[in-house]
Amino acid sequence: MQKNAYFKGLTIPFLLLLPQLAITVVFFYWPATQAVWQSFLLEDAFGTSTQFVWFENYQALFADPGYLKAFINTAVFSTFVCVLSLSIALLFAVMADRQIRGAEIYKTLLIWPYAVAPAIAGVLWLFMFDPSLGMLGRGLQSLGVPWNPRLDGNHAMLLVILAATWKQISYNFLFFLAGLQAIPKSVIEAAVIDGARPMRRFWTIVFPLLSPTTFFLLVVNIVYVFFDTFGIIDAVTGGGPSGATETLVYKVFSDGKGGSDLGGSAAQSVVLLVMVIALTAIQFRFIERKVSY
Amino acid sequence: MAQVTLSNVKKVYAGGVEAVKGVSFDIPDGGFCVLVGPSGCGKSTLLRMVAGLETITSGEVAIGSRVVNQVEPADRDIAMVFQNYALYPHMNIYDNMAYGLRNRGTPKDEIDRRVKEAARILAIEPYLERRPRQLSGGQRQRVAMGRAIVRNPQVFLFDEPLSNLDAKLRVQMRVEIKKLQRSLGVTAIYVTHDQVEAMTLSDKLVVMNAGQVEQIGLPAEVYRKPASKFVATFIGSPPMNILPGVVDGHGIVALGDTVLQAHDLRDDLPAQTPVEVGLRPEDVEIVSDDDAGSLPFDVEFVEELGATQLFHGKLAGQPFVMQAATGDVAAQEGRLWITVDPDKVHVFDPKTGARLGKD
Repeated sequence: MQKNAYFKGLTIPFLLLLPQLAITVVFFYWPATQAVWQSFLLEDAFGTSTQFVWFENYQALFADPGYLKAFINTAVFSTFVCVLSLSIALLFAVMADRQIRGAEIYKTLLIWPYAVAPAIAGVLWLFMFDPSLGMLGRGLQSLGVPWNPRLDGNHAMLLVILAATWKQISYNFLFFLAGLQAIPKSVIEAAVIDGARPMRRFWTIVFPLLSPTTFFLLVVNIVYVFFDTFGIIDAVTGGGPSGATETLVYKVFSDGKGGSDLGGSAAQSVVLLVMVIALTAIQFRFIERKVSY
Repeated sequence: MAQVTLSNVKKVYAGGVEAVKGVSFDIPDGGFCVLVGPSGCGKSTLLRMVAGLETITSGEVAIGSRVVNQVEPADRDIAMVFQNYALYPHMNIYDNMAYGLRNRGTPKDEIDRRVKEAARILAIEPYLERRPRQLSGGQRQRVAMGRAIVRNPQVFLFDEPLSNLDAKLRVQMRVEIKKLQRSLGVTAIYVTHDQVEAMTLSDKLVVMNAGQVEQIGLPAEVYRKPASKFVATFIGSPPMNILPGVVDGHGIVALGDTVLQAHDLRDDLPAQTPVEVGLRPEDVEIVSDDDAGSLPFDVEFVEELGATQLFHGKLAGQPFVMQAATGDVAAQEGRLWITVDPDKVHVFDPKTGARLGKD
């Protein structure tokens, strides 16, 4: 039985909502509004004069081939990270869900990477795959692979994809495991008796029943690759070599901070914001309908 | 259709817990066997071993003439109905029933024919397009049975299939399960903790306790001649009264100051051997106080059940319950005089709980 409390007047409900509203306003609406406002302004390099330029920043942005490149980088990066981290995490979760010796240790170890800060994770992978210092980097060199993420853009992209995927697997694993454990054992047993072999059982029973979890993770992972991977990219490649790993969110930072183009950077962050809103809306609109059962 | 044979089947879990301690019996082709016992007695484990969902530690399970210990559940030619129905929540009712046939590569028109036929038998035709969560408990139960029927298996396994239903529906479904099993002529094994289901459904009743079989027999046999105190108190509702007493000669037991004839009591027990005397609440008759051999029963309160009444009180200083048809006696508290048919007096060994009967 759910009991609803009713308040007379608006004072108490408003007071109760105030802390959350204050946080949202101060840390989201206010900076977002500032960004929108700033995206219409042009500031000189020394910050002494400001001019209202309407959509010039946006026009410049869409005319910039570097922006298109960052867009493509983001698409490649986010697709690989999402697909890899979701599928590897699902595989690990299916393995961990079985009755195996040492399952607890296995689960605990798999969750650890999530506790590592993005920048630290980035540095970790940077060192491992450093062509002259790193164990794996040198290993690749000695096998004759001309591995050098500092010069080769594809290598650099591969490295940030690996680091970002590694970091996200833990989180996805945790949710997939919880999702698997929520599937009643008897449903699986019924499928066993119904003659479904393990692979068929997975694709016809387990995977469809996991779809709400998968959908949730897809939304969270897209937000993750768009924004939270900044630390990894900054630590591993700094967007280089020559912009090969510069994603949209990284370009916001490098143009605004490094290039002192505050107006252009603000315009980029507005575009990014609109894109993520649109992506999430599309997911909820089209995919969620299919996942409910 | 096939007979099912269990020979010395054991289940020992990792950690040494013995869930099933060597069980042997067989179920004839087309028989309805009910495994009944309290929770944790190993009845579900035994069923799951027949299904192939649990490994068999030792012993053999055979379906027909084939030992199935190493056979995959899918290849044992069985179907199982689970307690929580275990329907596939993301499939509609049609697909739920068709799933097992599709996995076996049955032709499409054959699947369609069998699913529609099962739906007709179970009266769930209007719901074929719905999802399980849109159905009531009773309808889901039918779908679970439909999923078993379409496969046309040799053996039906039921794992407490009615315990999630309300009381009225349970009685209705119980009758339907029995009818269905008879009309299909399929061998069935049914696990329950409900002794009413056990009595009504079975033509072979297996009473289990602590991983062992206490008694196997026809339900009426088990009721009339329980092999142990455990069976005596487990089968029958309200449960049999158990009173401490002693042997008082051939076919006679004493309860405190009063004596009772017990025709089935073994002859070789010396007088004063301590025993436990079992009397079913429904086997007691009320008489006038001057009848020979009548026992005083002090009634403390009466429960009205409609057709019958339950009298709770004390007999020979021990708690005692008797059942009488409403109208036979006025529902009143105070002293009543009762007798028991000497053929219906059960005597048990107080230490082992075994029946101290002839033969």
